[in-house]
Amino acid sequence: MAQSQGYYVPHGSNWPIVGAIGLFLLMLGLSTAFNGVGVGPAVAWIGAIVVIVMIVGWFATVIRESEGGVYNQQVDRSFRMGMTWFIISEVMFFAAFFGALFYARQMAVPWLGGESNNFFTNLLLYPGYENAWPTNGPKAIGGEYQVMAALGLPAINTAILLTSGVTITIAHHALKDNNRKVLSWGLFATFFLGFLFVGLQAYEYIHAYQEMNLKLSTGIYGSTFFMLTGFHGLHVTLGATMLVVIWARCLKGHFTPTHHFGFEAVAWYWHFVDVVWLGLYIFVYWL
Amino acid sequence: MSSITATQDQHDDHHPTGLKRWLTTTNHKDIGTLYLVFSLIMFLFGGSMALVIRAELFQPGLQLVDPGFFNQMTTMHALIMVFGAIMPAFVGLANWMVPLMVGAPDMALPRLNNWSFWILPMAFTLLGMTLLFPGGAPAAGWTMYPPLVLQTGDAFPFLIFAVHLMGISSVLGAINIIVTIMNMRAPGMGLLKMPLFVWTWLITAYLLILVMPVLAGAVTMLLTDKYFGTSFFLAAGGGDPVMFQHIFWFFGHPEVYIMILPAFGVVSQIIPTFSRKPLFGYDSMVYATASIAFLSFIVWAHHMFTVGMPLAGQLFFMFSTMLIAVPTGVKVFNWVATMWKGAMTFETPMLFALAFVFLFTIGGFSGLMLAIAPADMQYHDTYFVVAHFHYVLVPGAAFAIMAAVYYWLPKWTGHMYNEKLGKLHFWLSAISVNVTFFPQHFVGLAGMPRRIPDYATQFADFNAISSVGAFVFGFSQLLFTYIIWSCARGGQKATDQVWEGADGLEWTVPSPAPHHTFDTPPVIK
Repeated sequence: MAQSQGYYVPHGSNWPIVGAIGLFLLMLGLSTAFNGVGVGPAVAWIGAIVVIVMIVGWFATVIRESEGGVYNQQVDRSFRMGMTWFIISEVMFFAAFFGALFYARQMAVPWLGGESNNFFTNLLLYPGYENAWPTNGPKAIGGEYQVMAALGLPAINTAILLTSGVTITIAHHALKDNNRKVLSWGLFATFFLGFLFVGLQAYEYIHAYQEMNLKLSTGIYGSTFFMLTGFHGLHVTLGATMLVVIWARCLKGHFTPTHHFGFEAVAWYWHFVDVVWLGLYIFVYWL
Repeated sequence: MSSITATQDQHDDHHPTGLKRWLTTTNHKDIGTLYLVFSLIMFLFGGSMALVIRAELFQPGLQLVDPGFFNQMTTMHALIMVFGAIMPAFVGLANWMVPLMVGAPDMALPRLNNWSFWILPMAFTLLGMTLLFPGGAPAAGWTMYPPLVLQTGDAFPFLIFAVHLMGISSVLGAINIIVTIMNMRAPGMGLLKMPLFVWTWLITAYLLILVMPVLAGAVTMLLTDKYFGTSFFLAAGGGDPVMFQHIFWFFGHPEVYIMILPAFGVVSQIIPTFSRKPLFGYDSMVYATASIAFLSFIVWAHHMFTVGMPLAGQLFFMFSTMLIAVPTGVKVFNWVATMWKGAMTFETPMLFALAFVFLFTIGGFSGLMLAIAPADMQYHDTYFVVAHFHYVLVPGAAFAIMAAVYYWLPKWTGHMYNEKLGKLHFWLSAISVNVTFFPQHFVGLAGMPRRIPDYATQFADFNAISSVGAFVFGFSQLLFTYIIWSCARGGQKATDQVWEGADGLEWTVPSPAPHHTFDTPPVIK
């Protein structure tokens, strides 16, 4: 591969403006849908499709250029740094929701229960309410509910995600050793486990909604539970989809033992959703 | 493979022209221009909203607009100025100047760069169209505190999703800037050889990546509280409206440094040039910038001393806030020491930079007053706060942007701007900005609340003065626009170095800077 040339600077691209228009339509559609306008969902769907077309087209261009050998070491380093900082921004997005969880558990709920200087708040506004977790608040928003136990399905899901972290590492080593068979099976196992996780989460949600009366609207417990696990589930779905793309690329013979940033980026992302899950399992399900 | 390499070799042969050039460009100079032009338009747009506010406040009583519309104006003015004018202007400067200053052929991720920009007009279209809605634009303040903001009408989801888009744009832009600085420096340019503008932007980009996603999380919780029945900010469900303020200001305080650190960088470029001396205390400038960035994460609750907080919390946030004066003082000292015994001249960029040092420092001092928790009980939500943050944002951030524009405009356009008009613009702006905002300290200390369209008659004189200043300042910016426009069209030819005392890689390329620069990296001794 020709690697001696300078830093690859593309000259003009249609994808970004397509992506910007797609995002605009998506947000416009969602906003109008929230306002109850009939065409809202349709506009949102069109926007989502435009965004998906953009993502596919943009990545196809990048993959073509990568396989064409126009990216030198320095471009590769740019991609690595870019992906690292993208993941850090994602960590901070989750940090906001973890922050909400910790604040509710350590501050808001104890204060409603009369701690610190809130004795009269408790006595006058919420008499009899005591600090406890989980809770749906002094007015029991959402009514009686059952608590999601840490053992059982969530523990199985933890095992599934941790195993998928092992399988992707096996795949990575196989790629470095140029063992393509183990590579593709390792990747297959990883996204299979990923989608299995998402499926079990969906099952858990249905169970929560139908049998436990545990919903997004079940006070602060339901809010933090579903927002944290929900955004995590979305990220697992995205990560598993990326794994499928990488798997398909491996089957097509992409990536070499020394040159496989696309693979590594997805692996980093997968470890990131893995670590977020461990935080979730400890603070949302367990403690 | 060969076809791709071939197109790269011939890249100078085909440039799309007209609208397509701007829609599809991946060139850092084009994108920098887009950002700067966009921010100027937003600056005039948000400024006209400020004039609606000042017109209403010219006299006590309700004169021109109804209070609901007044609230829309304060909210939209802030959102547009923060996210549409100041931040994109600095990103535009970074786009133009960082590759030139570090000797890179372009930004590291050029396609992403285009996307970062074009998301912004989309965001502001979403936000701006709410002005035409029957219920009007968002009116609960740019801080979006629940429960008030949850009463916003049809504009509510537009506000939330516009903020999401602004966040995406900022994070992608910041990633690009970090990668460019960390990976694209010319050989020999160690970190402590980078121009200070590059340093301040590097640290700003870290701040953006760490806090914009937190804002996205906060507004997502607002959205679900309104439409999906979550209880994040509802005490009855075990949540807490004050929690929003904590999350918001965890974003919000680093955000105000996002708007000022690049300004420090600009001033640190300009003062040495027109003092004809190297920057005094370069290393300490870098460390001071990093210290300010670190401190910005542990001071957020000084915005909320009056909402209720344990005493230990009040003390912690009071002292940590005061600590910021130390690195900031280092900076002001270094700027003054740079000028000490320098061969100074006072072209327009230098005038704006000097005004920055004086007037930003006034804003810093009033910030120290506000940091004192017991005193803040009196100042909170008064016009004193408005005076404080307008001193750091208008003669602070905005003056630095204007200084940067005058400083680098000859490099961008190849022409000198009209120096006489530039100086006129400076004096009009510098005087009127003080006429506008200095009296607001007095009415604030006397107890005039902010964000209210009417006031007690004893505040009338100072408000009238303030409004006169605001209109002079506002219309002076049309002169600024004209100066930029005429400089782009023609004028005295600029030399490569432009300024006699200018030092740095950006002054080694021709004026105007050619479409592609540093295709082969320069070597720094």
